[in-house]
Amino acid sequence: MKKWECVVCGYIYDEELGDPDEGIKPGTKWADIPEDWICPDCGVGKDDFDMVEVA
Amino acid sequence: MDPIIIIGTGLAGYNLAKEIRKLDKEQPLLLISQDDGRSYSKPMLSTGFTKNKTADDLSMGDAAKMADQLNAEIIIDTIVKSIDTARKVVVTDKAEYAYKDLVLGVGADVISPPLEGDGTDDVFSINDLQDYAKFRQSLETGEKKSVLIIGAGLIGCEFANDLANGGYDSQVVDPVGRCLPALLPESASAAVQRGLEGLGVKFHWGPLVKAVNKTETGLTALLSDGATIDADIVISAIGLRPRIDLAKAAGIRVNRGVVVNRQLQTSDTHVYALGDCKEIEENVTLYVLPLMAEARTLAKTLTGDITDIKYAPMPVMVKTPCCPIVVSPVPAGVNGNWTDEANEGNNVKSLFHDSDGQLRGFALTGDLIKEKAALAKEVPTLLS
Repeated sequence: MKKWECVVCGYIYDEELGDPDEGIKPGTKWADIPEDWICPDCGVGKDDFDMVEVA
Repeated sequence: MDPIIIIGTGLAGYNLAKEIRKLDKEQPLLLISQDDGRSYSKPMLSTGFTKNKTADDLSMGDAAKMADQLNAEIIIDTIVKSIDTARKVVVTDKAEYAYKDLVLGVGADVISPPLEGDGTDDVFSINDLQDYAKFRQSLETGEKKSVLIIGAGLIGCEFANDLANGGYDSQVVDPVGRCLPALLPESASAAVQRGLEGLGVKFHWGPLVKAVNKTETGLTALLSDGATIDADIVISAIGLRPRIDLAKAAGIRVNRGVVVNRQLQTSDTHVYALGDCKEIEENVTLYVLPLMAEARTLAKTLTGDITDIKYAPMPVMVKTPCCPIVVSPVPAGVNGNWTDEANEGNNVKSLFHDSDGQLRGFALTGDLIKEKAALAKEVPTLLS
């Protein structure tokens, strides 16, 4: 399980936790998140997410 | 073909350019920057110490890299002097550029408090990456240890938290008497204050800073109640004001911001505005979430698919890790009351209902920020 950080706002996507509020189940890998998902905190689209692997 | 010209290379300008490129690979794009054109995220300036990032670390790419990525021309270190809407030309200090459509993504200025004294030139206000670089550079000798922050609003509190995390002894002066008074109910303000005080931050409520003077070793601030506070560094963070001068001088309608309709079009057919500089139906929104929605919508309109802006719920995350805050700001002009549903330790949940009983805003702190998404769905979106 990995974590990814949004470089625009610092939001952390944790694969272990998912994003249940947006219908992303816990355990969802970053690669499996739909392309139209946007960062819940700042609204950046997934395809422009310069997300960095933090762990 | 004349380009679409975007004035400004902050989050607004660069994200608009990215969104346009997703829809149209050919349309010439020209971005004009008053600074070095490095791409960075302004909200991250508030967490440099906490995340151990310098100004260079926060840069996501220089102008050359961005120009390559966006297939755009980017002109840096260039001040736009005026806009000639009749000829559809932007006049800079170096040349004139004709546009097909023009977009203002010029952001907001920091409001400067009226200060006296011989130390006012040393007061920092941190509004962009270059300001931040200068600020961090001034700390490099390692001799500066104490910071005075003027203003306990969103940026003041974020900086107080970040500097405390960086090991600086931080003090905050604000006449209003509580943290983030424009956004939060008293219960949530108190929770943030306790969180910051837990990190050693000291608050001086009531007085204004009247003067900043140099001392042998640093600066001293004179408050309106006669007290003085010595500090190595003074930061001013009393608020932001949309930049409207360029539009105003061009005869474009302005109020608090550059006035736009739901297509983000100004009073001139070929001039648009987005982000911190714009005002839409009397709302000025100095946050990232609305800006991203605007970039997506405006990219459609500018590439021929005229689209109205629709905002999703837009709760604001305040970067105070000692006491995390989520606030859905109450729109201007809405009357009603805050009610605390929970208030224990760092954990506050406060709801703002209007006179019809409709939820119009909320504030969550501490562990209760996890209720953000559920509550956000109940608040009517902006312009709905």
